[in-house]
Amino acid sequence: MGRWFVLGTLATLAIAVGLIVGPAELSLARVWGALTGSENASAAAIVLDLRLPRALLAFLVGGSLAVTGAALQALVRNPLADPYLLGLSGGAGLGAVAAIVLEFGSSWSVPIAALAGALLAIVLVYRLAIVSGSVLDARILLLAGVVVGAFASSLMGAIIALSPAQQVRNAFLWILGGFDAASWQALTVFAVYAVIPLGVIYRYNRPLDLMALGEEPAQFLGADIERLKRILYVSASLLTAAAVSVSGVIGFVGLVVPHAIRLVWGHLHRSLLPAAFLLGGTLLVTADAIARTAFAPLTLPVGVVTALIGVPVFVVLVRKWAT
Amino acid sequence: MGDVIFEARGASYTYGRVDDRPAVRDVDLDVSTGELVGVVGPNGSGKTTLLRLLLGALAPSLGQALAFGSPAAQWRRRELARLVGVVSQREEPAFPLRVKQAVLFGRYPHMGALGAPSKEDLAAVDRALDRCDVKSLSERWVATLSGGEWQRVRIARALAQNPRALVLDEGTASLDIRHEMEVFELVSELVHEGHLAGLLVTHHVNLAARFVDKIVVMDAGAAVAVGKPEQVLSPRVFEQVFGWPVARADWRGVPQFVPLRVGEREAGTPNQS
Repeated sequence: MGRWFVLGTLATLAIAVGLIVGPAELSLARVWGALTGSENASAAAIVLDLRLPRALLAFLVGGSLAVTGAALQALVRNPLADPYLLGLSGGAGLGAVAAIVLEFGSSWSVPIAALAGALLAIVLVYRLAIVSGSVLDARILLLAGVVVGAFASSLMGAIIALSPAQQVRNAFLWILGGFDAASWQALTVFAVYAVIPLGVIYRYNRPLDLMALGEEPAQFLGADIERLKRILYVSASLLTAAAVSVSGVIGFVGLVVPHAIRLVWGHLHRSLLPAAFLLGGTLLVTADAIARTAFAPLTLPVGVVTALIGVPVFVVLVRKWAT
Repeated sequence: MGDVIFEARGASYTYGRVDDRPAVRDVDLDVSTGELVGVVGPNGSGKTTLLRLLLGALAPSLGQALAFGSPAAQWRRRELARLVGVVSQREEPAFPLRVKQAVLFGRYPHMGALGAPSKEDLAAVDRALDRCDVKSLSERWVATLSGGEWQRVRIARALAQNPRALVLDEGTASLDIRHEMEVFELVSELVHEGHLAGLLVTHHVNLAARFVDKIVVMDAGAAVAVGKPEQVLSPRVFEQVFGWPVARADWRGVPQFVPLRVGEREAGTPNQS
């Protein structure tokens, strides 16, 4: 119980920080006043229309990326998996950019294009990683993921370079990841797309545990492997696509967060998944607060902040994993 | 003998293209409750493939492989996992796991999708740990176990499934004599006292001959001998299958085989049959 209390407190604190920090100086008391309706209109607008949807969106996206990372790690039986490192985020980003540039991108249709991109990426990565026969090589899988992600990024770069000038800056900032475009609308879109895959992944928490043993032992303990993989890769792609559509490509949350949770909670997904969701949300809201305040009034892309945290962790994990 | 649990009728399986050499060729076999059946043969003789057919991990290219009277590959994995406990050949947990958790996995086929394990689940885990004499290891990380301990923990997990059949693939296991004997004794007790159907793949012909009720000798995918060890094992079969001359030296009426050194081949060996 103690661990959940700590996580819940951290999550609440992070959201509070997300509501307090920003270019307009608002005290804790005034933020509270805005939330409870006893503040003037401008303070209420800043808190309720800008900061609250932004903090909640960052929380949901961070939580979803962490859950996606945890599920992918179990599926590929490798603690280094992450939607970004496996190329899903890149594929989703490419799909989304294509939709925006080709101008059929509404806030509801961009996630669909992103989903198509993410699915394409994971199929490609999977194909590349199956080197001999049907054996999946975990090292080559990561390599393939990084390569496919890089290729998708360069295609995105090319599309942006060739598109009309006014779209370029927006698209470019969006690729690096950020919540400047957060709104209640974006929050609604994300929630609608994310709720089902989140539920589905949690529904399969026990087969995910079994996957740690290997496909054949998992099968003999009752997991329907082929079906499980199909359903979970689609769910992971959908979550990544929804996240990328509202906030661009944000890496390493799915890597760092499940790892931290595994150290404390162990590896059973029944508690690993919800704990990763809470910590992922906490981390991304905090990263967004840092991104907004570190060089205020300029804003860093939040993806830069998560990469600054994530890359050193990745290096440590790779060294540990390789020995 | 009890009910027939596993049944192969002319079962064949070919990996890859159909005109490749079949890994399992026209095998007939049945395994009943209360009966321990041993499958022996050299590496690549099709032992593990035969097991996969009977467990429904593969569907036969020709013939039939039945589990509990239905084609094994058509079982829903979860349903079959409530009836058959399997200790498969290779298993390396990708994440650290404690012994207790590993054995609790044996309850997963019985548990709902969500929620904590029930009292009944925990009691079954406890019984299984106790029965396989690994209770003292409950809190250990599985990565720190010896080969023999890990094997017994996995048998405990299979037992926690509360199965009617127990299947072990020891095809590549390399345990020392004490641990090998412990595993064979345990499996034999579980099968005979618990009235389980037991199927055991091993490369130890001598050990198998002493423990099993029925032996299946595989050679290049075919079952070249099926029956009671004392009736079907002979130096001729042994030499044909393993490609090395042996002398027969029975132990309490059970055939045992001693591989001959090169210089011993010509000198006539007693007990040849």
